[in-house]
Amino acid sequence: MSSHSRWRNIAGTSASVPVTLFGLILVTFLIGRVMPIDPVIAIVGDHAPPDVVARVRLELGLDRPLVVQFGIYLVRLLHGNLGSSVMTTHPVTQDIATYFPATFELATAAIILAIVIGIPLGVIAAARQGSRFDHVVRVVSLAGQSIPVFVLGLLFLLLFYVKLGIAPGTGQVDVVYDGMVNRITGMLVVDAAIEGQWDVFWDALAHLVMPAIILAYFSLAYITRMTRAFMLDALAGEYIVTARAKGLSPTRILWRHAFGNIAVPLVTVIALAYAGLLEGAVLTETVFSWPGLGLYLTVSLLNADMNAVLGATLVIGFVYVVLNLMADIAYRVLDPRVR
Amino acid sequence: MSDTTLRAWLLTETPQSRRQAAWGRTYRGWLLFRRNHLAMVGLVTVIVLVVGSLAAPLITPYDPTAQELSNRLAAPSWAHWFGTDELGRDLYTRVVYGGRVTLGMVIAVVVLVAPVGLLVGSIAGYLGGFVDRALMRVTDVFLAFPRLILALAFVAALRPGITSAVFAIALTSWPAYARLARADTMTIRNTDFIAAIRLTGAWPGRIILRHIIPLCLSSVIVRVTLDMSGIILTAAGLGFLGMGAQPPMPEWGTMIAATRGYILQQWWVPTIPGVAILVASLAFNLLGDGMRDVLDPKQR
Amino acid sequence: MLVEVDNLRVSFATPGGMEHAVRGVSLTLGQEKLGIVGESGSGKSLTARAILRLLPSAAQVAADRLTFDGIDILTAREPVMRRVRGKRAGLILQDPKYSLNPVMTIGHQIAEAWRVHKGGSRRLAAQAAADLLQQVRIRDPQRVAALYPHELSGGMGQRAMIAMMLAPDPELLIADEPTSALDATVQAEILRLIDDLVSRRGMGLILISHDLPLVSHFCDRVMVMYAGRVLERLPASQLARARHPYTRGLLDCLPSLVHPRRQLATLARDPAWLTA
Repeated sequence: MSSHSRWRNIAGTSASVPVTLFGLILVTFLIGRVMPIDPVIAIVGDHAPPDVVARVRLELGLDRPLVVQFGIYLVRLLHGNLGSSVMTTHPVTQDIATYFPATFELATAAIILAIVIGIPLGVIAAARQGSRFDHVVRVVSLAGQSIPVFVLGLLFLLLFYVKLGIAPGTGQVDVVYDGMVNRITGMLVVDAAIEGQWDVFWDALAHLVMPAIILAYFSLAYITRMTRAFMLDALAGEYIVTARAKGLSPTRILWRHAFGNIAVPLVTVIALAYAGLLEGAVLTETVFSWPGLGLYLTVSLLNADMNAVLGATLVIGFVYVVLNLMADIAYRVLDPRVR
Repeated sequence: MSDTTLRAWLLTETPQSRRQAAWGRTYRGWLLFRRNHLAMVGLVTVIVLVVGSLAAPLITPYDPTAQELSNRLAAPSWAHWFGTDELGRDLYTRVVYGGRVTLGMVIAVVVLVAPVGLLVGSIAGYLGGFVDRALMRVTDVFLAFPRLILALAFVAALRPGITSAVFAIALTSWPAYARLARADTMTIRNTDFIAAIRLTGAWPGRIILRHIIPLCLSSVIVRVTLDMSGIILTAAGLGFLGMGAQPPMPEWGTMIAATRGYILQQWWVPTIPGVAILVASLAFNLLGDGMRDVLDPKQR
Repeated sequence: MLVEVDNLRVSFATPGGMEHAVRGVSLTLGQEKLGIVGESGSGKSLTARAILRLLPSAAQVAADRLTFDGIDILTAREPVMRRVRGKRAGLILQDPKYSLNPVMTIGHQIAEAWRVHKGGSRRLAAQAAADLLQQVRIRDPQRVAALYPHELSGGMGQRAMIAMMLAPDPELLIADEPTSALDATVQAEILRLIDDLVSRRGMGLILISHDLPLVSHFCDRVMVMYAGRVLERLPASQLARARHPYTRGLLDCLPSLVHPRRQLATLARDPAWLTA
């Protein structure tokens, strides 16, 4: 495929994305507007004074037809207006900007762990198929996909924080260091490093380890299983016989030839795993009181703060779609067979 | 004597009827499945879970809602095998009844999701063209949300509770089945035997219902079994966040949320329901894995 | 003697019992061309791969004698085998669509074969690869070296495969049905190429095929296999005078433009051949 047609191919894939995003917005709108019994109360809460209720009712245009309401919603959305949170009284967009970086920090740390541990495990398990190592890897990754992340989190806290005392407690950083570092990226570890405040840096890093491990566990299990499955497929190929006939070393055959063939589908798997971390983040942040988007969503839920909930849902949905799109594009760009 | 003749009947190389062939295939599949030890463990565990849930009143000595505030947070003993929770209720009883709740939710989801997904997917795959594209857009939208997140939003809009949770999980699960059925249908659609059936003048609905859907079933069944573990985890997650089954209903996730704070001293109170979730989810995963190896070996 | 095989037995454990795929095959090979002919399942591929110890791990191999240039293949340690494979003996597989690595360029794969056994810089290896592509009569070798296997035709793919296996200058070449996946017109070309290269380099050749006349044309000796056993051995020139009923049956089945018959013969299998 020439360069020109390759870009056209990518454009074709991306064309469906706006439709999906539109559908996302529509669904979120319907959830917020159509499903609750009284959408206004859902937004302002049970205890709002009547003038607030009246004002919001007017704002939302609840007297107008549904299509018009959706139009208003869409226009406001395109201006970056997701409404205000009852809980924090800030605009939802501001809240999301405040809390998202922490989730990004956590998710990125988790995916790095998952990749660095999961891929070699999967490759070696496939190379030694049927061995005890392989069986152990299979069972452990199967268990990893079966254990609820919040249970694992609680157990880890119990074991490493309470009983053994080697891990720091919940939260992003020790209370002592609160507010000492200026907010640049919103990611505490990065900001502390940028500012050169190394004691805060180490503390923040220490607080990052456990939630990252917990969050990583599920996607690690997924990545390991998929890597192993892909590798088994690749190792059964005829070109592996050729490689052996050439007299290449087993390591070279395993990594350069077999793994080289699965690298591209694996990128897709990793992107999907990363997207899946968004789900796990909600639960992990709740357990570890990590001040990210997941915790924001949970607390908003408990307070029935509809604007916040829907705003966060929409943003997470957007990120998810973008990640899937990136996975798709990466596949098309990297695979020589598609070129 | 009859045992060996039954076996011979099932394993014969020359079946005399379609029924015999179908039974023979099932039996051979069973033999293959049986050799997978892990899958057998999964099967046995699932059976125990199901039977235990159905027979809950028979195997539990207490009422799951009976409180005994003088005996809160007791350690496991002969009177209370798992101890008691924060309101003095017998933990063993609540865990067993929690199994009922969980399995009930899972089955409700599957009953909603599988037929809808199958139907939508096979229609989309068979008719193709605009219908296909439109239906796939719809599934894309639902697939665009992580399951838990969308379920949370749904439950937030409705009243938190078990019905909303089931509905929400179902709404986020069906697209995957539609995709699966569509993929299978598109493979089958171009085969000669479907062409032959079309030549007999069969109406598309009949073709889809009687011929295509049965062939999609095996991959859907495998997917359902594997998905069950995910549904269990999502349901527990919703319960943990307070969005699923509400207290005093004994749902495992809800139970963990309520007793989270006791993890330091009475660690077994939140941990045991957690183990229950793990066991249930793992069992379905093992079972689904084993079934996939038998029904669809290419897809390892 | 380059290759000596005595009473080779290859078996697999299957759910239905032991499957004996090769039952007591013997052969010797010097600097000559041996053709192994047989139908699918006769065990010819397994025999050849056993010489390089390239069988799947599930295979159980036994023999009274299995040597390559004096090296005992059965007991050799893996590093020794790795020096035999590629460097001293090459293997060409049937379908270049599957036997070439899909995500590496042709030039890269050939250069790898060259470099692993001869050492040298990447540039030298790339140069050698282009050179080899020219030897297998590919015009414009620089362009082809940058291509991926799926961008080549079947014939070109096999030429690339040959180039790759000849890169380390081996003494023996095993060609396992090298033309079965190719068009009829291309088949002859590829075989002539193999024939030419093998002769010029003074190599031994084991050519495996199900095509009897093809093999007889290009080989010095022919070995006919059936159900894991050798039924007949004869010089290629004397194929028309084969004596075993199976070989005769195969020859009789061939349609001929020169001597057309009203009804084509079919092969009648004698169960006795299974226990020959």
